[in-house]
Amino acid sequence: MTPIHLGNNSDATSTSSKSSSNHTQDRNQWPHGFLPKEQFPAFIDLLNQSFDEVIGPRVDQGAIVYDAIRSASELPHGWTDVQSPGVYRLERKSSIDDSRTDHSCEEEYFGYNVGPHSWKKYLFPPLTTLMKSKKTTDGWQMEMTAEPIKRRVLLGVRACELAAIAIQDKVFLTSGTVDPIYQTRRNHLLIIAVNCTQAASTCFCTSMNSGPECRSGFDLAMTELSDGFLVEVGSDAGQTIFESLKLRTVTTDEIDRGRTRRARAVEQITKRMNTDGIRDRLLSQLENPHWNDIASRCLSCANCTMVCPTCFCSSVDEVHALTDDEIVRQRRWDSCFNVDISHLSGGPVRDTIRSRYRQWLTHKLATWIDQFDTSGCVGCGRCITWCPVGIDLTKEVATLCEESS
Amino acid sequence: MKSKPKIAIIKFASCDGCQLTLLDAEDELLAIADAVDLAHFAEASSRLDAGPYDVAIVEGSITTEEDRLRLLRLRQECRWMVTIGACATSGGIQALRNFADHEEFIRAVYATPETIHSLATSTPIASHVRVDFELRGCPVDKSQLLEVLSSLIAGHRPRTSTESVCQPCKRKGTVCVVVAQGIPCLGPITQSGCGSICPAFDRGCYGCFGPTVQPNMAGHSQGVLLPRMSERDAVNLLRGFNAAAPSFQQESVRLWQITQTRDSTR
Repeated sequence: MTPIHLGNNSDATSTSSKSSSNHTQDRNQWPHGFLPKEQFPAFIDLLNQSFDEVIGPRVDQGAIVYDAIRSASELPHGWTDVQSPGVYRLERKSSIDDSRTDHSCEEEYFGYNVGPHSWKKYLFPPLTTLMKSKKTTDGWQMEMTAEPIKRRVLLGVRACELAAIAIQDKVFLTSGTVDPIYQTRRNHLLIIAVNCTQAASTCFCTSMNSGPECRSGFDLAMTELSDGFLVEVGSDAGQTIFESLKLRTVTTDEIDRGRTRRARAVEQITKRMNTDGIRDRLLSQLENPHWNDIASRCLSCANCTMVCPTCFCSSVDEVHALTDDEIVRQRRWDSCFNVDISHLSGGPVRDTIRSRYRQWLTHKLATWIDQFDTSGCVGCGRCITWCPVGIDLTKEVATLCEESS
Repeated sequence: MKSKPKIAIIKFASCDGCQLTLLDAEDELLAIADAVDLAHFAEASSRLDAGPYDVAIVEGSITTEEDRLRLLRLRQECRWMVTIGACATSGGIQALRNFADHEEFIRAVYATPETIHSLATSTPIASHVRVDFELRGCPVDKSQLLEVLSSLIAGHRPRTSTESVCQPCKRKGTVCVVVAQGIPCLGPITQSGCGSICPAFDRGCYGCFGPTVQPNMAGHSQGVLLPRMSERDAVNLLRGFNAAAPSFQQESVRLWQITQTRDSTR
């Protein structure tokens, strides 16, 4: 098989915005094809042969998580999930009685909503060794740790997740400082997006203008039908794979069925957040007494920031050996909900749950815009589902800004 | 501390599990023995040098008058005092007596109650003397204990995180047992350090490392525990290895009073 070159079009530093704008303009000029379900396992095998690692959805620990996928049989075929604030339940698709859909009992590979993991763990790893230093007779010797390059496929990336990756591209690549770990991992990525054909009760991507349809930022995008996948090309790397698959062109009927299914996701999204002037509206409410009400429920446990696909805080620690002649510098995910993160001379700046929740929410939805020229929220709903006490930011924003939600 | 610090490991009322954690550090034990002067470590050596010590590493809680006096003497003999484990930092599982009639316990358990001379409460070391650093856990975590020892050798304050158990859970990719399985869990209000072991085995956190810095106890009971268990069960969950940690204690007492008020109005 022809080697697939990821370098040019996946070089996120220079081309992510370019390729996305190209793609939006010339969307229909990229080829579309039909991948029958029978050929799908061979497609996963092909990806595994061509890349070091294929990361995709699989059932584990009572949820659909992202992990290495070696064959199509490991995908969550026939599984789905039911979500609400603070609650996630894995279900067999056939057990869901959903009269709104034509294919309620049908077994799909991607018939689920976004789960507890996000792709961020592959680009901005939870724990990384940055440097090692050793004391020698010539003094301290520093050694930067370069991780082995892995060419990864991210399989099943949803529209809100593409938007989250685009936001983290800004944070880690194009807003001044370049993070070399993120950059290397990002440049060796093939993104296979999947259009949502359903939505969870916690989804609100339509309010954040980030989905549910994948419009840019992917190499290939697929829409799952009962008998196969509509495959759409989004980049040269995607084109190379597309050509090797030798797919037949799609029929008008298949295009219509795909459109109907994507529309179903839009119909199922009922959660809304009013984003008009949200920056100024939120920042005018800094002394609203409702922050105290939220603080009585919020545990400051940081789950929301850990599951958020855009949260990027980390802390760096030096861990030294007992012998005091070897030091390892480690970076790990941190959170604005930790008291220590704002610890300056004299103590923590944000010493109450109220101040920490306010910091998180106003940064995510308001001051993020000042910082990165985009909202920090993509409407994936993870912080709602995975909050152990079920705090729903869309409701809190509505109350803070006194809207009837 | 540049010369070899003279260290004593001293125990009060405890199960010895935290000291065992040090013996469990097999790979590092030789380096430890090389870097410090282990002057008193009864579990490992018959050498039991008298004080003064640079550092006393203290395990166990104060449950007898005799131990209380021994602790006061020890404090005068050591420059720094580091307490390790739930017993030493919050009173341990034996602090369950704090919630009950201690005399009644003695009468029920011992054949000759008159020979038992114990205090009515089990209290942490810091309730009696100044403690320089407290290391939580039941038992303490090996790598945190090594961090404490290596900090003593290097001469800086130990770097142990005060974040919640949820954060190592998330970094490991453990799916939240509260949200995905409806299991009650003390993780959101418990300090990390154990490596978030229990949720990785489909169990809720038992709170072995005690409360976080600013735990929202009432919010946790309301949002995590009580939708999934009775007040009585929540009281039992909070009254574990850190039952007498102040925020766990206040919350278990509050929940207990709710059950009492309800029972009396029935």
